[in-house]
Amino acid sequence: MYVAVKGGERAIDNAHTWLAEERRGDTSVAELSVAQIREQLSLAVNRVMAEGSLYDPDLAALAIKQARGDLIEAIFLIRAYRTTLPRLGHAEPVDTGKMACDRRISATFKDVPGGQVLGPTFDYTHRLLDFALEAEGLPPAAETSEAQTGDTPRVTEFLNKGGLIQSEARSDATPPDMTHAPMQYPAGRPLRLQALTRGDEGFVLSMAYSTQRGYGRNHPFVGELRIGKVAVEMDIPELGFAIEIGEVTLSECETVNQFAGSRTEPAQFTRGYGLVFGQTERKAISMALVDRALRWEELGEDNLGAPAQDEEFVLAHSDNIQATGFLEHIKLPHYVDFQSELELVRKIRRDAAEAAMQEAAE
Amino acid sequence: MTDQTGATTSDYNFAYLDEQTKRMIRRALLKAVAIPGYQVPFASREMPMPYGWGTGGVQVSAACLTPDDTFKVIDQGADDTTNAVSIRKFFEKTADVETTEHTQDATIIQTRHRIPEAPLTEDQILVYQVPIPEPLRFLEPRETETRKMHALEEYGLMHVKLYEDIARHGHIATSYAYPVKVEGRYVMDPSPIPKFDNPKLEMAAIQLFGAGREQRIYAIPPYTQVVSLDFEDHPFDPSKADAPCDLCGADHTYLDEVIIDDAGGRMFVCSDTDYCAGRQAQGHRGRLSPEAAE
Repeated sequence: MYVAVKGGERAIDNAHTWLAEERRGDTSVAELSVAQIREQLSLAVNRVMAEGSLYDPDLAALAIKQARGDLIEAIFLIRAYRTTLPRLGHAEPVDTGKMACDRRISATFKDVPGGQVLGPTFDYTHRLLDFALEAEGLPPAAETSEAQTGDTPRVTEFLNKGGLIQSEARSDATPPDMTHAPMQYPAGRPLRLQALTRGDEGFVLSMAYSTQRGYGRNHPFVGELRIGKVAVEMDIPELGFAIEIGEVTLSECETVNQFAGSRTEPAQFTRGYGLVFGQTERKAISMALVDRALRWEELGEDNLGAPAQDEEFVLAHSDNIQATGFLEHIKLPHYVDFQSELELVRKIRRDAAEAAMQEAAE
Repeated sequence: MTDQTGATTSDYNFAYLDEQTKRMIRRALLKAVAIPGYQVPFASREMPMPYGWGTGGVQVSAACLTPDDTFKVIDQGADDTTNAVSIRKFFEKTADVETTEHTQDATIIQTRHRIPEAPLTEDQILVYQVPIPEPLRFLEPRETETRKMHALEEYGLMHVKLYEDIARHGHIATSYAYPVKVEGRYVMDPSPIPKFDNPKLEMAAIQLFGAGREQRIYAIPPYTQVVSLDFEDHPFDPSKADAPCDLCGADHTYLDEVIIDDAGGRMFVCSDTDYCAGRQAQGHRGRLSPEAAE
């Protein structure tokens, strides 16, 4: 006699204990510390902070440990934690012109005031597995130089001085926040940028790539990419002025895009903008390309029907926590709905069979 | 952390969400009740369970729960399905409320995919988990368009779809999440309940629908008219498996089909486990009840 499956509760508890055991792995191998993850898997930590929308390297490292290295799961942990934090106020806009740059490159000029700084990059490395890393040991010390002082001028501003690039409208309006208001379309650029900066790196990358391959082509150059620390300042009402409350590492990318001109505007260059927490330059560049593609209407371009030009399509599908949750929910029991489908298909087949019999009889 | 509604032993506020967030959700709920069937956008929060797993329902329940409530969670009609267990545990932990498996003892029932068989009362709230709140979504993927269609009461596309079903299959080929019209105005997705449950949507309890990922809340107030879309010559048919329950003998309940051997042997059992257990306790027996089978 069949007994309907009971005991979901015990199964869940046991599954989670097993998960904890698997997370630890072979206990004869030393356990990873959160500090090790933070220091040695820092690009993973950066991605979790960027897409988790919470700048805290220690928590991100903890999330990566808890998620067994599954970064989307780690981002989910950070997002769920982030919701419970009280919102104390808004920081002043950060000034990336004052960034202490570790890396700063421009592809549009051979050299620029402030210099080209390669910084700690994978670029120009040969992707050969370094078996020396299997052994533990200290890497050779890198050369050092005096830190540059003063502001680093923006490459696109050189173009702006000659009116060669479209200038951005300035606004002191408080930007909308998609984590505190339901998304509504058309979303507008500030909201688009927020969605892109916390969007899935893979999705934003693929959207950007699709524009390069011809789906909404707009021919970008990296006008400037800079990575470094900026100060975060906050206005304290009791003091009446802003004070520095910390610093964050950001990756910022401005693309310079071709623009042939439109009915209303003469030919000039246009921009795409990317800004992401941490050293996350692939994401920052991708974001700039997608931002630019989404600006077709504002810049008087044609809608070519490309996916990357479609605001609702891009924004509604860029969030990996929404995507993974909804995708994976089809693992949940659906037998009630399946049963009703089963009844319907049987009924349609029965009707068809009866109709065929009747036809044969006639 | 303390809260206004009662102390909990947990590190989080009562029922997880902070009071400001609950207020925001309650405002959306009030609007939803005032405009039956209308989808109210709300600033859905990121919950500690995945989107698509009941985050909308959980937020609505969190906004409705008080320490005196008795909470019941069902998934596919059953209290012991894994996700129902998980959500029940979540509120046991964060709200410390009484939980029950008995439909009539619960003040708030959160459900996925079913309406309980036992009629609900005016003292109860039924909270639905909703994956895609927009009934027109699969006909028109754009939110900007579907909002316009609702505003203009432009539902021709839906009727064309149902008509095409009949032309092609001889039947309306929608067996769950069957669209309804609420109080003669808004076409609404009743969530993926089997169409068998549609007639129960006119009930005494308040029905609240939460879609977390899609950031929408909607509602059916008590005793509101809810009509399943159909045609005069193809009237709505709330079908179910053509068999009685093999455990309690009920012939008026929605049934799950369970495969019991390799030879294609099957049994039918009530999907509402509490209702079935209640009937068995009253002495009702089915074909495969332990005594009957002996």
